[in-house]
Amino acid sequence: MKCTASRFSRRQFLAAGAAGAATIVSGGCDRLSAAPTFREFLAGAEGLTQRVQRALLWRGSRAREYSRADISPVFRANGSQDASALPPGYSDAAERGFPDWRLQVNGLVNRPSSFTLRDIRQLPARSQITRHDCVEGWSCIGGWTGLPLSVVLEGVGLKPEARFVVFHCSDELPLYRDGRNPFYESIDLIDAYHPQTILAYDLNGMPLDVAHGAPLRLRVERQLGYKMAKFLNRIEIVSRLDTVRGGKGGTWEDDGYEWYAGI
Amino acid sequence: MSSEELPLDKPQRVHRYALIVRVAHWTNLLCLTILLMSGLQIFNAHPSLYWGEDSDFDRPLTAVGAFPGWLTIPSFQDLATGRVWHFFFGWLFVINGLVYATYCAASGRLARDLTPARGDWHRIRSTVRDHLMLRFPRGPGAANYNVLQRLAYLSVVFVLAPLIILTGLTMSPAVNAAMPWLLDLFGGRQSARTIHFIIAALFVSFAVVHVMLVALSGFLNNLRSMITGWFSIAR
Repeated sequence: MKCTASRFSRRQFLAAGAAGAATIVSGGCDRLSAAPTFREFLAGAEGLTQRVQRALLWRGSRAREYSRADISPVFRANGSQDASALPPGYSDAAERGFPDWRLQVNGLVNRPSSFTLRDIRQLPARSQITRHDCVEGWSCIGGWTGLPLSVVLEGVGLKPEARFVVFHCSDELPLYRDGRNPFYESIDLIDAYHPQTILAYDLNGMPLDVAHGAPLRLRVERQLGYKMAKFLNRIEIVSRLDTVRGGKGGTWEDDGYEWYAGI
Repeated sequence: MSSEELPLDKPQRVHRYALIVRVAHWTNLLCLTILLMSGLQIFNAHPSLYWGEDSDFDRPLTAVGAFPGWLTIPSFQDLATGRVWHFFFGWLFVINGLVYATYCAASGRLARDLTPARGDWHRIRSTVRDHLMLRFPRGPGAANYNVLQRLAYLSVVFVLAPLIILTGLTMSPAVNAAMPWLLDLFGGRQSARTIHFIIAALFVSFAVVHVMLVALSGFLNNLRSMITGWFSIAR
């Protein structure tokens, strides 16, 4: 009897020890996370992931495309989703089909250009039913139609020093203030020229609604959802990202998320 | 000096673990602890599990609810930092595991100490009975793994660890594009996420039983042997 009791208390001791250790680990890691140099050291693994994935995985590999039957009944929207994150009058413009909206393309290009929604819809289109993976962990399958980004880039002509494509958006996270800190994102030319990288205007056969980024959003199918900027209004070609806005290549990146979101 | 000549009252010591095994063991403990806790941080960003490719939000497989802060890294909701911890220690876990597995295969430890010997299978009933009654071997045999230990370590190292790495990679959209067979292997990205979670739970159960048995079969002796390499054999 005595023996069992002592074993039981030993088990309790171990359980309490494990819980105590977890608390210490959790608290210790908080302090380490708060130290910028340590966080940067850990974040160095992102470069390793990107280099290894780019080296081992075929650059031209395509994300799986699904059938109509696989389309999720509800495609969840995330990030900015309604008028509160958008400039005044955005919903009205959406209802009228964005007559005054333009997509500017500038930066390190030979022919800076501006496109109306009608221009974009008249250019060659690509449709793809793909899976959208949110960094939070969930996935939805949707059918997208849009203009391949490569068509735009070939149209405007990139200068030799061009390295990255920056997407400037109309929304401000989490709430629209004065439009001085709008959402932005960026990708490199490997993803920019990938055949599945499109500027999408339709979701499941319907024009994009405001929640999903009307009138135009990016699809980069080999990365996570947060890379896929919505409410696009300008595409800028640059040679480096550290001089653009917050310097990390995107709104989420400036907030601590990885620039390379292939995992 | 042969063992017969040793004074009977002095416990005999054997060198049980090579340095590389000891370093790999403690590195692994560090990795698994941080991977578990940062993994729960990531899980908390969407604390539901699904089966298949996509998330049927109305019909999750289970909605376990969020884990408390003292179990997560960081202790507050911060998905970005949780991911930074998870992927750094994910790499360390993989590299450490490869070094350990290569050493085991090359040194003969895999064949000698981890693969069940022919005679082990005949004794499996009595080994199970002894284990359940918490009777542990004494004498020279105590330093060797019995068949249950061998099977447990083999399945953790060569089944659970590769599976948790592969299910983790199946959540990567870039890996999916290059290796779509991973999606078929695990039944879709959300299934892979669910299996990843289940294997993490199996790792936790393994760790609980492991630490309990280490404690019950001579805590200090076992612990010392994993730190210094030396294990003393009671007579």
